[in-house]
Formats: sequence, structure tokens, C-alpha cells
Amino acid sequence: MSIAANHADPLVLVEDLHAHYGKSHILHGVSLKVARGEVVGLLGRNGVGKSTTLKTIMGLVRASEGKVALEGRCVTGLPAHKLARLGIGYVPEERRIFRLLTVMENLRTGFDRHGVTEARKQALLEKVFAFFPVLAERRHQAGGTLSGGEQQMLAIARAMMLEPKIILLDEPTEGLMPRMVSQIRQIIDSLHRDGVAILLVEQNVPLTLEASGRVYIMEKGSVRHTCAASELAVNDPVIRQYLGV
Amino acid sequence: MDAVAQLLQSIPLDQILIQTINGIVTGMILALVASGLTLIFGIMDVVNFAHGELFMLGAYIGVLVLSGTGSFWVALIVATLTVALLGAALQIVTLRPLLGRDPLTTILATFGISLVLQNYALWQFGPVARKIQEPITSHFHLFYLEYPWYRLLIAALSGAIIGGFWLFLKFGKFGIWIRATTQDRVMAQAMGIPVPWVHTATFAIGAGMAAASGVLFGPLVGVNHTMGLDWVLKAFIVVVVGGMGNLGGSILAAIFISLLEAYASIWVSPAQAVIVSFVALILTLLFRPTGLFVPTPK
Amino acid sequence: MSTRRTAAYWIAFCAVQALLIAAPLVLPEFWRRFLTEVLIWGLLAMSSDLLIGYTGMISFGHSAFFGLGMYGAAAALLLVSPPNLWLAIGSGLIGAAAVALFVAYFSTRLRDIYFAITTLIFSQIFYVIIFTWTPVTGGENGLIFSRPPLSMPFLFSMRFTSTTLHWFVLAVVTASYLILRRVTQSPFGMVLQSIRENEGRTRAIGYPVERYKIVVVMLSGLFAGLAGVLYAIQNRFAAPDFVYFLISGDTVIFNVMGGIGTLVGPIVGAGAFQLLRELLSRLLGDQFPYLIPLGIVFILIIIFLPQGLLGFARRWLNR
Repeated sequence: MSIAANHADPLVLVEDLHAHYGKSHILHGVSLKVARGEVVGLLGRNGVGKSTTLKTIMGLVRASEGKVALEGRCVTGLPAHKLARLGIGYVPEERRIFRLLTVMENLRTGFDRHGVTEARKQALLEKVFAFFPVLAERRHQAGGTLSGGEQQMLAIARAMMLEPKIILLDEPTEGLMPRMVSQIRQIIDSLHRDGVAILLVEQNVPLTLEASGRVYIMEKGSVRHTCAASELAVNDPVIRQYLGV
Repeated sequence: MDAVAQLLQSIPLDQILIQTINGIVTGMILALVASGLTLIFGIMDVVNFAHGELFMLGAYIGVLVLSGTGSFWVALIVATLTVALLGAALQIVTLRPLLGRDPLTTILATFGISLVLQNYALWQFGPVARKIQEPITSHFHLFYLEYPWYRLLIAALSGAIIGGFWLFLKFGKFGIWIRATTQDRVMAQAMGIPVPWVHTATFAIGAGMAAASGVLFGPLVGVNHTMGLDWVLKAFIVVVVGGMGNLGGSILAAIFISLLEAYASIWVSPAQAVIVSFVALILTLLFRPTGLFVPTPK
Repeated sequence: MSTRRTAAYWIAFCAVQALLIAAPLVLPEFWRRFLTEVLIWGLLAMSSDLLIGYTGMISFGHSAFFGLGMYGAAAALLLVSPPNLWLAIGSGLIGAAAVALFVAYFSTRLRDIYFAITTLIFSQIFYVIIFTWTPVTGGENGLIFSRPPLSMPFLFSMRFTSTTLHWFVLAVVTASYLILRRVTQSPFGMVLQSIRENEGRTRAIGYPVERYKIVVVMLSGLFAGLAGVLYAIQNRFAAPDFVYFLISGDTVIFNVMGGIGTLVGPIVGAGAFQLLRELLSRLLGDQFPYLIPLGIVFILIIIFLPQGLLGFARRWLNR
């Protein structure tokens, strides 16, 4: 099902995706798309399947039905390591950096790929350290010794080492102090300026509405509403309907 | 005071020294075998029951190559590589299909493999033990004994192999891949690390280490189709006492247990000395189930 | 529980029983003993199924229970004169129970893989003890004794023929099966299966999982010991080989081949294994390593037919 990349195609296209955890049917036909360089938000209450959507796109959860396409090419069912090399970066909830590896080693897991020259590796490292000077300072420290905010930065930096076309960001501000939250906001903007698309799952509604161009809202395993972020205010009835307590 | 003096006099110091060296020698080989086992478990959550048979096959291949080429060192290298390849093949054919299933199934599968390999060896080589000629036959004087240099060589070589492997893990691209996969298989995949191949390579490395131990240890005992059984049990004890998946712990535990057994054999027969390792295991399970040398989790 | 299914089950049960009762009358001596031994191995495998199939605890320690049952019986038959059948059974069960208690304690503190390895090592501990403690256990050579008569005190006493022995074994094994079936279908058995499915959740609901585990290990050990007693009676010797962990390995093979969680499956697995072994050695000669093709079959079953031979009938058999 591989067609030559068509620039009219969205970067990532998800069609009618279904997924199960054991016997539980979590995703009931999720459809969404992300264009090149776009920042798209994915909102919804806890447990509606936002994280599962990201995981299924990333190939970490098997899709039982439906299709995921990257640049027009069908990638459903490919293992995660192939998707990473095709240009999808994943930053999970809980960050999940390699705690026993140093910052440097964490970053290196991402760039020892085929065809990457030493020069390019160096350039990548410098760019990442420019984004996150704190990481440069701590480059030989073990990942587990970093603070929560630093770990989040490392998790994003690590994904950047893949030179991804899109980064799947799962709740990056969870458990972070307000100062860190605004830093994450800036990082998302910088990535956007760099041309990296982002699919952002977040509980923080104001942040998501500010950072994203478009949003999708999920409930009970499927997308119920989509519009431009600018059309929604924080206290919009739509927001209250799907996200209100 | 008298009692203490008497006690001190009854301790056969020369025997203790001899057994210390014996213990360290056996311990290093055991460490090499156990390292492979704990590596495989740490990375793939697979309890490799066939590990002893890989050890045994290594020894047999060593016998064959030695008689063919006359060189111990060539035999060592060929045996290691062959069994490593065999290990990779076995992993791909029997363990990959079981990925994601109950860990129970991998125990059973590797048990099945051990049966097949053991009986294959019996079939091909017969029940009579074979001998591997050690490369160095000279001895040196240790008290009243003629202590073979070869034994010290084994300890040194095992140490070198383990040390080399540790360096490989610490530096180098594959080392990082293996360490990342051990810590978080899922995120390693998400970072583009081809985890299935890391698994295969790890199994191959573990198998190779077992085979090397087999060849190194071969000259000390006869090479026989059941030699794997005893080793696999001891290796499992070592791995549990050292902390499963903990490389450093296994090495320490291997030496510790071998020393204890060696000392015990001063007073009891070797067949009974193994009880020492069993006791060590039981105590560990009772008081420090995560491993004797592992700091208790907070 | 549909009555037709239950009826079908009991009809099948009676049919199989009838066959097994009639068998020694028509089979030649060799096959008579063969069948009796299959029943004994089947009992051992069934006891192990309680742990593996119903509670989800893999144990490689059944050789210890089996062996201690065997030696326990041996002790009674050698020490007490005239040799008494029931005493032998009793002392064998006590021996097995002692080991089971030991293992049960550790079973509550270890999960899955650790438990499996530990049970394996325990059976080796007992092997070493039995192997080296020659004055008491006969060491390498084991113990030889004579078969006790089937006797009811004050009622009668008759020597076993191979046919009557077969019937006795059949009766014991059948009774064990019925008891175990009752146990697995009781609320207790349901909790065991719940532990197998999800131990954490079972504990969270409030069940004292540790206590259940101890009980099931004891039960399993007792029936395995009973198998050991029967074996001792049939063959009139006890040897350390039967305590070696390979016996546990064989047991696990019977379980997997026949289908875990069915109680009957393991018996069928034991039968199939022994039959295949016999056939292979007849077809291809004594020297042929029958374990190679059997081992490969075993591995294939694990990969492609994890339910085992009778696995498809699992629900039906558990009605």
C-alpha cells in the first residue's frame, strides 16, 4: 500500500482506529489527521483513550481495526522501532527516560541510526543542547538523578534526536510546576517553528488551546468534536460538555 | 584461650588456601555461565533452561575441533561462535513466536530445547566421557600440591571475557542498545532500537559465553552429555542469590558460593558440599529475596 | 450447567472406566504393567495440574513429593513387619506432606519464575540428601522391599496379582480424580483460577491468597506423594532417580501435552508420552534417542497448540 509521498497528503492520517487492551475495547474508531508542521491538540477526560491513541499510532499497541498512514504510506501494524526510524517521535506520559543511562547516553539511543554521519550527529546534539541548556550541563549525569522538569526536557530532547517529522507528546506538563509549564509551552512553539508537527495530548486546556492550531476532543474511545483552537474559549460549553467534571 | 588455640590449630590453613584458589577458579567459570543466564533474563525475561546444554555443546564442539586442529585456542573460538549462532537460531525459531505470551511458556520451551540438545549429544557422542586436553600442562608448587597453571588461566580468561563484555556494555552503540532495552523495552523500541534483534543478539552472546565456559572447564572434568545439568542448577542458584538480571551481583554470588562450597569440601564430600549452595539460596529467599548483593529496594 | 453436557460427560467417564477395568483381562503382561504405570504417572501429572493449570504456579518440584512419597512408603514397608499396605500409604503421605509444607511456605513469598526455579532447586536438595545419606536411604542404589498384600484388618488379606494391583491403582487414581474434580469445581477451585488469572486483583478483592496457595500446594503434594506410594508398591523399589528434577520435567511435559487445567489432560499426556516412547523405541530400536522427536513435539505443542491435546475440551471437562 505504499504510494510515493504526496505533498497534498496530511503528514499523519488516522482512519477509524480500533484498539483493545486484552478484552477491553478502548478505541472505537478514532479518526484524525495532522498536517505537516501543524500543532494539533487532543483533549478529553481521563480514560477516554487519548494516550492509547498515541500508543497505537506509535505501534506500541496493536490496532485491531483501522488504518494509520504516514505521508500517504500505510504504516498500521509496523513495529514501533520502524515507526521511530520513519520519523515519529514519542514522548510518553511519565516521561520514561532511561534512568540508569546518562543524559548523553539517553540522547544517543536516538541517533545511532543508519546513514547518520558524525557531523550530523554533532549538529543534532548542539541543536538539542541549545534548546535545553540544562541538559548540556548535566550531560554525564544519570537520567534518574534529574528533576521532574529536567526529565521531561530530556524525554523531548531524546525524541528530537530522531529528527522526527512529528512528535507525539503525551501530557508533558503533568506534575510540573507552573514555571516549567510555561517552559514546555515555549518548547512546543520552538519545535513548531522548526517545522516539526506535534500531536499534543493534554489535560491542561488553556495551554492546549494556546499552543494548538486545531483540536480534537475525544470521549469514550472516539473523536466527538473538532475545530480550530481559536474557535474555543476556555469556558466554552463544548469544553464543559466533554471535559467538565 | 586454650579452646581458641585448639580451634585455630585444627583449621588446616594450607587446605583453606588451596580451596580459596579452587573456589575462585570455579567461581569465575560459574560467573561466566551465570552472566549469560542473568543477561538473558534481564533483557528478555526468559529463563533459559537450555543454558547448561549450550555449555555442554560448547565443550563437545571443543573436543571435535581440538582433535581436528590440535589447537585449544581455535577450539575455544570456534565453539563459542558456533554455539552463539545456534543460540541465535534457537531464539528466532522457538522464542520469538512466544513473545508476549505467559513467561511460563518460555521456561517450558527452553526446557524442551534442553531435552532435545541433551539427547542429541547422547546420541551423537555416546555416554562415555570425552577429554579435552588443556593447553598448558605445567604445574607449580602450592604447599604439598602440584597445582596446575591451567586452573589459574581459566580464572584469568573468564575474568577477561566478563570484563570485556562489561566494557562492551558500557561503551559502544550496542552496549547502549542492550542497556536501554533492559531498562525499558517499550521506550527502547520507541527510540528506534530494533528490540527483536537485540534480543536475538543477547541470547547469542549468552550462549557464546556458556559455550566458552564449557570449553574452558572441559579439561577439568570429562565432557559428557549430562555435564550441563549440574551447572545449570548452580547457575540458577547464583543468579537468584545475586539478584536476577544483576550482572555484578551474579559474579559476586558465583565467587561467594563457589568459595563456600570449596571450603565445605574440606570437611565433607563434594557431593554433600553442594548443600552449601542450597542453604545460601534458602537464606537469600528468606531474608533478601531480591538478591544478597542487591541493596534492598527502598 | 446443561444436563445434556453433564450426562455426556458421565457417560464418557463410565465408558473410559469400563475400558480401564477390562483392560488387564485382555492385555498381555507387559501392557498391563504399562497401563498401570501410565495411571500412576497420570496421577502425578494430575496433582501437578492443580498447581500449573488451576492456580497458575509452575512447579518443577513434584519429583520431591513423588520421591518422598515413595521413600516414605518404603520406610513403612521395610521397618514394619509384616508389611502393611495402609501403613505404607500413610507414611508415604506424611513424607510428601512434610516436603509440601516446606515448599508451600516458600510458594507464598515468591512469584512465578522464582517459584519455578526454587521448586526445582528444592527437588535437587532432596535428591542430594537422599543420594548421599546412604545408611538411611540406600544412597545411589535405593531401597528394595516387597509388595504388601491388600488387606483389611480382620477381614481378609490377599496378595496382589498384576491384575488386582491394576484395579487397586485404578480405584485410587479414579478416586483422586473425583476428589480433585470436586475441589476444582468448588468455590475454592474458583478462587484458585481467579488467582491464576490475576493474582493482584484476587488479593485486592480480599481473598487471603497466601492461604489458598499453601492449601493447594499441600493438596498437590499429597496426591503426588500418593502417586509415589503407588509406584513403590508396584515396582517394589525406591531410587533417588525419581527425586531428580527430570521427573518433574517429565511431569510438566505430560501436563502441557495433555492440556493444563483439565485434570484429565495430564493423564492423557502421560499416556501419550509413554506410548510414543514405547512405539519409537520399538520402531527405531532401543538406541534411538526418543526424547529428541518427543522434545521437538513438545516444543511445537507449546508454540502452536498451547492448550495441549485436550485443551479444546477444557470447558467441557470442567463442567
